[in-house]
Amino acid sequence: MLKTTALHAEHQRLNARLVDFAGWDMPIQYASQLEEHHAVRRAAGMFDVAHMTAVDVTGADATDFLRHLLANDVAKLAVVGRALYATMLREDGGVIDDLIVYRTGDQAYRLVVNAGTTDKDVAWLQQHSAGRAVAVQRRDDLGILAVQGPTASALTLPHLPATLRDAVAALKPFNAAWKDRVFVGRTGYTGEDGFELILPHDDLVSLWRALEAAGVVPCGLGARDTLRLEAGMNLYGQDMDESRHPLESGLGWTIAWAPEDRDFIGRAALERIRQGAPAQFIGLVLEGRGVLRAHMPVRFADGRKGETTSGGFAPTLKQSIALARVEAGSEGACEVQIRGQWLPARRVKPPFVRHGKVRV
Amino acid sequence: MSQIPTDLKYVASHEWVRLEPDGSLTIGITDHAQAALGDLVFVEAPEAGRVLKAGDSCAVVESVKAASDVYAPVAGTVTAANPALTDAPELLNSDPYGDAWLWKMQPADPAALEKLLDADGYAKALADA
Repeated sequence: MLKTTALHAEHQRLNARLVDFAGWDMPIQYASQLEEHHAVRRAAGMFDVAHMTAVDVTGADATDFLRHLLANDVAKLAVVGRALYATMLREDGGVIDDLIVYRTGDQAYRLVVNAGTTDKDVAWLQQHSAGRAVAVQRRDDLGILAVQGPTASALTLPHLPATLRDAVAALKPFNAAWKDRVFVGRTGYTGEDGFELILPHDDLVSLWRALEAAGVVPCGLGARDTLRLEAGMNLYGQDMDESRHPLESGLGWTIAWAPEDRDFIGRAALERIRQGAPAQFIGLVLEGRGVLRAHMPVRFADGRKGETTSGGFAPTLKQSIALARVEAGSEGACEVQIRGQWLPARRVKPPFVRHGKVRV
Repeated sequence: MSQIPTDLKYVASHEWVRLEPDGSLTIGITDHAQAALGDLVFVEAPEAGRVLKAGDSCAVVESVKAASDVYAPVAGTVTAANPALTDAPELLNSDPYGDAWLWKMQPADPAALEKLLDADGYAKALADA
């Protein structure tokens, strides 16, 4: 039996095509995935991401605890309200999950974790909290709605509590504001401006309806995937997982090496890996026609090899793009094998698209 | 409900076949197929002159979601691929039985057409799937 979010009836009313995503019955598209994608690049779209989970970490040791559990350093969050992207690692450096962590108080944090990993994440956090003054609280009472696109802010603000509006309007990227039942982060997974709103389930439904009436386009997980791929953002379970470490997944920038004495789980393994030549994580643009998909072989003129981890048609570029893991030092002309044929691809540095503009 | 024109023949793998007045065949994918695939972004149809056996995987249509093979409904020789689909694969979504035909072919045996499904048979195949 698939789990459903509070917005499930809305998806059915809108004739969404529903699919099993990590055990949840979720919309992959409504009318057209391409139109949903363009709506987010050009105006505003909204995504039911209530299958993801907010986890509150509080207590006198909360900061020290998360500095140990996450490869990025929550000590960077100097001001309450700030957020950062982080991975949570195993001792061997494998990625347990990637997440956003918001600082919500002096010793209080809110994590937003993936749907398919919630159970193991919470178990991992609880296991490591033993003996520390930390409470790990899974917030199944809350749902998450992402509103993304250049007009997302203007269309969302009128539907927020009047007392929260000014604070949200002034939010810089990777900052959050909240009041009573409404939590708003200026974060997202599309490469556009926008918000991720964390609300009680009933409020989620009324906000969804109000935003739909205001012209915000309901978007499914299909558009979410092409948007994040264009934005060069990794998808957990596809671009990295427990068998892959951040340094071979394009996530080296999320590891806070300094201060050197911060002992986070996975640090020792990553220090060793860093001395070697970990695989590189690159972007590819297919030169001709065709569609790159995950797990296609990649080769370079120098004989080095790799494999795509995510791929698809990029509606903004009107070309196909991919993320790929390739041997360190790979150089020269690059080709990807599609149905037995080697086709030329151009190596680029993601993101492919940011704020509506092609960057490669 | 997807459209299933009664003047066409069908294969359960979601191809349609139109018998032209000159005895040639025009092949495409059904409305049901395009709807299931979602937005089409790439089409690779067989080149003129290619000899096909019935059931040969001879074309690929790719949507934003997935690649899907298209099979030769009957044996024969390809006479033309639809050039319009190279730059406008989205025609498959908007006009699957018209402008978005995939290829034309000369059947090896005109009688082979009789073994294909009619509209009712295809509708039943969809209902049973």
